[in-house]
Amino acid sequence: MAMTQEEILSGLGEIIDEVAGVPADQVTPDKSFVDDLDIDSLSMVEIAVAAQDKFGVEIPDDQLKNLKTVQDVIDYVRGAGVSA
Amino acid sequence: MRLTEAAPGARILAFGGYQPAKVVTNDDLAVSVDTTDEWIRSRVGIASRRIAGPDETVADMAVAAGGKALAASGLAASDIDLVIVATCTAEAPIPNVAASVATRLGIVAPGAYDLNAACAGFCYALGTASDAVRVGSSRHVLVIGAEKLSQWVDWTDRSTCIIFADGAGAAVVGPSDGDTGPGIGPVVWGSDGTMADKIFIKDRNSFIIQEGQAVFRWATTALHPVAKKACERAGIDPTELAAFVPHQANLRIIEAIARRLGAPQARVADDIVHAGNTSSASIPLALSRMIERGEIGSGDAVLLLGFGAGISYAAQVIKVP
Repeated sequence: MAMTQEEILSGLGEIIDEVAGVPADQVTPDKSFVDDLDIDSLSMVEIAVAAQDKFGVEIPDDQLKNLKTVQDVIDYVRGAGVSA
Repeated sequence: MRLTEAAPGARILAFGGYQPAKVVTNDDLAVSVDTTDEWIRSRVGIASRRIAGPDETVADMAVAAGGKALAASGLAASDIDLVIVATCTAEAPIPNVAASVATRLGIVAPGAYDLNAACAGFCYALGTASDAVRVGSSRHVLVIGAEKLSQWVDWTDRSTCIIFADGAGAAVVGPSDGDTGPGIGPVVWGSDGTMADKIFIKDRNSFIIQEGQAVFRWATTALHPVAKKACERAGIDPTELAAFVPHQANLRIIEAIARRLGAPQARVADDIVHAGNTSSASIPLALSRMIERGEIGSGDAVLLLGFGAGISYAAQVIKVP
């Protein structure tokens, strides 16, 4: 079942709050992980792992460098959710 | 056949730790390698580490830590009948470090062997020591984790030279009595050989190499179930733990595992800040210092979790002596 933009954003907000201590309401789609949210590559690994648990979508290490903003992750999760 | 010398359980009598004298700060490293104090503190958590002298050996450090633990235990050298040295950085393949350490400490003719499970070495060694005492193969065991990682590090490689360091920690293990109950829980151990290429030293003329990101991902996901199982096997709920002392690999890994442990009240060891990653020495070194500072007290339940190259891992709950 495809998830909506809002559902994924909300789920990501919870994850980022837990992993990096950034309040969920500050997690908006336009935010850059490194520049706006002060989230480094190690936290990105944790976020990817938690996203895998929550959304059932695997995000391998080599994809992480392409996910620069919150919206990038939402797009990735939604894109992967589309069945072949 | 009967086990004539079996004990109802095993316990730790005392700890001892040793750090070499030379302090190397992040700023010291930033002189010759492209890094900063801020970057190291935030990514790894280390502020300073100790590096052994050029002629200071793994055995030297093992003797120092072992001697302290022995003295603190109140036992005589003649009471020790087994010496185990957990190490993966010994200078020579044979003879082992343990037999020489025993002789230097005045321990006569004990069983003696080295154990290589990399950064899980101390937990593995402690498990085998505990089992030996329980079944009666040994009465008192000196268990030491001692490493000189600095002699295997490429000091121009900023991904490793900021992390690895030298030191030793030791514990004296003996029998517990039927009244107070065991002081060392069963080990939960395992391995993943499919990740053998993630942390390795190719041969005796090579440097340590690790794939940090892959190790980080594995450690932060695969280990908290092992930790919880070790509690379960010891009949301890995570909420009863006074402390959690994982291998001091990287403060971010430590924090990530701690977050998933279900033990918010437990003090989480952060000895890495002023010790660096000392492989199998890190857990006993952290424990000896936490006890010295009064951060954990006699009778406290503490969860130990070793993990590293192999990949190998082992966890058990202990009671603080």
